[in-house]
Amino acid sequence: MSAAAVVLLAAVVLIVLALVYFLVSVIFALTKIAKGLDETIAAVGEIVEKSAPVAPVVDDINANLDAAVSALEGLLVKKAGMEDAVGLVEGLYPGAAAQGFRDFPDSKTTKAPRIGEVYTRGTLTLARLGREAPIAAASPIGGPVLRNVLGGSLAARALYPADRPGRSPVIGTNAPVQYEAPDADPSTV
Amino acid sequence: MWVLALIVLLVVFPVVVILLKGVLDEANAIVPSIAKIRDAARAGSKDLDAVPLLLTTQRQVKETVENVAAYGGSLDVILDDAR
Repeated sequence: MSAAAVVLLAAVVLIVLALVYFLVSVIFALTKIAKGLDETIAAVGEIVEKSAPVAPVVDDINANLDAAVSALEGLLVKKAGMEDAVGLVEGLYPGAAAQGFRDFPDSKTTKAPRIGEVYTRGTLTLARLGREAPIAAASPIGGPVLRNVLGGSLAARALYPADRPGRSPVIGTNAPVQYEAPDADPSTV
Repeated sequence: MWVLALIVLLVVFPVVVILLKGVLDEANAIVPSIAKIRDAARAGSKDLDAVPLLLTTQRQVKETVENVAAYGGSLDVILDDAR
C-alpha cells in the first residue's frame, strides 16, 4: 500500500469518526428536544383542558352584568330624567357622559349638567333618595329640584313643619356627652 | 492519488466537520428554548388552577344581579319618575 493510499484511508477514517461523533451528539440533542416537547405538549394540553369552561362562564357573567347595567340605566333615566342622569353619571365618573348609556343612544348627545362640580357624591345620593321621594315631606312639584336651591330648601324645611328640633348634639373633647367607648384609643381620635 | 488524498484530508474533512458542528450547535441551542417553553406552559397550567373559582364568581354575580334587580324594583316603587 502506497503512502498516498494510507493518507487517503486515514482521511476517510477521520471523516467517519467525525460523522459518528457529531451525529450521535445531534441524536442526543434531538432526544432532549423531543422529551422537552412532550412535556410542553402535556402542559399545553392541561391549559386547553382547564381553560375550556372559561368562555361560557365568562359569557354568562357578562350577560348577567349587561342585564344589570341595562336595568340600572333604565331606572336612573326613568327616575332622574335624561339630563340629570347623564349629569349624575358624569359627576361620579368624569368623562363617562361622552360614552352615554347603552340603551339610550341619545344620551351621547345630551349635554351633561355640571352636577358634580356643585354637589358631593353623598349629597347627590341623598338628593336623589330624599328630596324627590314620597317618603320625604313633599315631593317637589314643577320639575327636578336637584339644582333648585329654593325648592330644595323648602323641601328640607317641610320635614319639620311644626317646630325645628334642638341644635345638633355638641361633639368634640369638650362635649357634655362623650360618645367614644371608655376603652377607646385616644390617639386614633 | 496524492492529490485525491490531500483533497479529502484538507478540504472534505474540514468541510464535513464544520457542517456537522453547525448542525450540533443549532440543535443544542434549541434545548434551552424548549425548556423555557415547557416551564412557561407549566406555569400557565398552574395559573389556571384557579379557574374553578369562576363558577363561584358566576353564582355570586347572578345572586348580586338578582339583589340589584330587587332593589331596583323597590326604588322604582319608592321614587317618583322624573317627568
